[in-house]
Amino acid sequence: MFTVIGIMFIGIGLGYMLRRKSLPWINKAITTLIWLLLFLLGIEVGHNEQIIRSLPTLGVEAFVIAIVGVLGSCIAAWALWKHVNGRKETKP
Amino acid sequence: MKGSLIIVGFFALGVICGVFNWIPSDWLSGDLSFYALCGLMFSVGLSIGHDPQTIQNFRSLNPRLMLLPICTILGTLSAVALISLVFPHRTTPECMAVGSGFGYYSLSSIFITEYKGAELGTVALLSNIAREIMTLLGAPLMVRWFGNLAPISSGGATTMDTTLPIITQCAGQRFVIVSIFHGFVVDFSVPFLVTFFCSI
Repeated sequence: MFTVIGIMFIGIGLGYMLRRKSLPWINKAITTLIWLLLFLLGIEVGHNEQIIRSLPTLGVEAFVIAIVGVLGSCIAAWALWKHVNGRKETKP
Repeated sequence: MKGSLIIVGFFALGVICGVFNWIPSDWLSGDLSFYALCGLMFSVGLSIGHDPQTIQNFRSLNPRLMLLPICTILGTLSAVALISLVFPHRTTPECMAVGSGFGYYSLSSIFITEYKGAELGTVALLSNIAREIMTLLGAPLMVRWFGNLAPISSGGATTMDTTLPIITQCAGQRFVIVSIFHGFVVDFSVPFLVTFFCSI
């Protein structure tokens, strides 16, 4: 399972070694692979009748997780904002 | 925005091909998607290592604001863990894996599909697209209700690219470096956290 992350680190090391060479194709490669992978995910979803039937429920679930995640992170950001500004007032 | 539409377009095209059986299913039984994922992560690593300049820019950052990515990660994951109790058919780690996409819908949905199957992968795709859209639309309200750091936190992994323009517009130009730093760190955490929550 961690093979994929290991491969990323090999990429980072190699990228650092090649930092003086320009590699204009990287971003194109990333975009193309993302397209391919989401296309494959789409095929898998389309093939699976059960997923297609439950797509509306999955959508609601996805929306709830998204909005709750956004709220949770906003509250945490608000706490940090208070903390940073509060210190500024006591230590001008 | 255009880039996101194209990505969703490819997913929709795949769904249509799948529903009408235009593509033989042995395409899926092969390891094609695993090799493509390895290729993707290799390229992502290559692009990070190739550009050390970004990391050097972070030296000018207010050290206290370096805590923002941690706030984003902890805030999101604790809220998602709580709401997971509402979904009886999903385990808490599954919901947290979806939440750890932080808006990076392409990578998180691909990882989750690989580890947990296409159903949860679809939830991850939709949920993280929704997060990006909420940030794009809700940024002004977030600044008003939760302060200037809120849209950065909400944007998650997208704050170094797609949501950066709206953040600098709503929170102010002085938040550019924080936003890029935040996006960079959260972006980097996505493969680790998703893999972690999929394996427990």
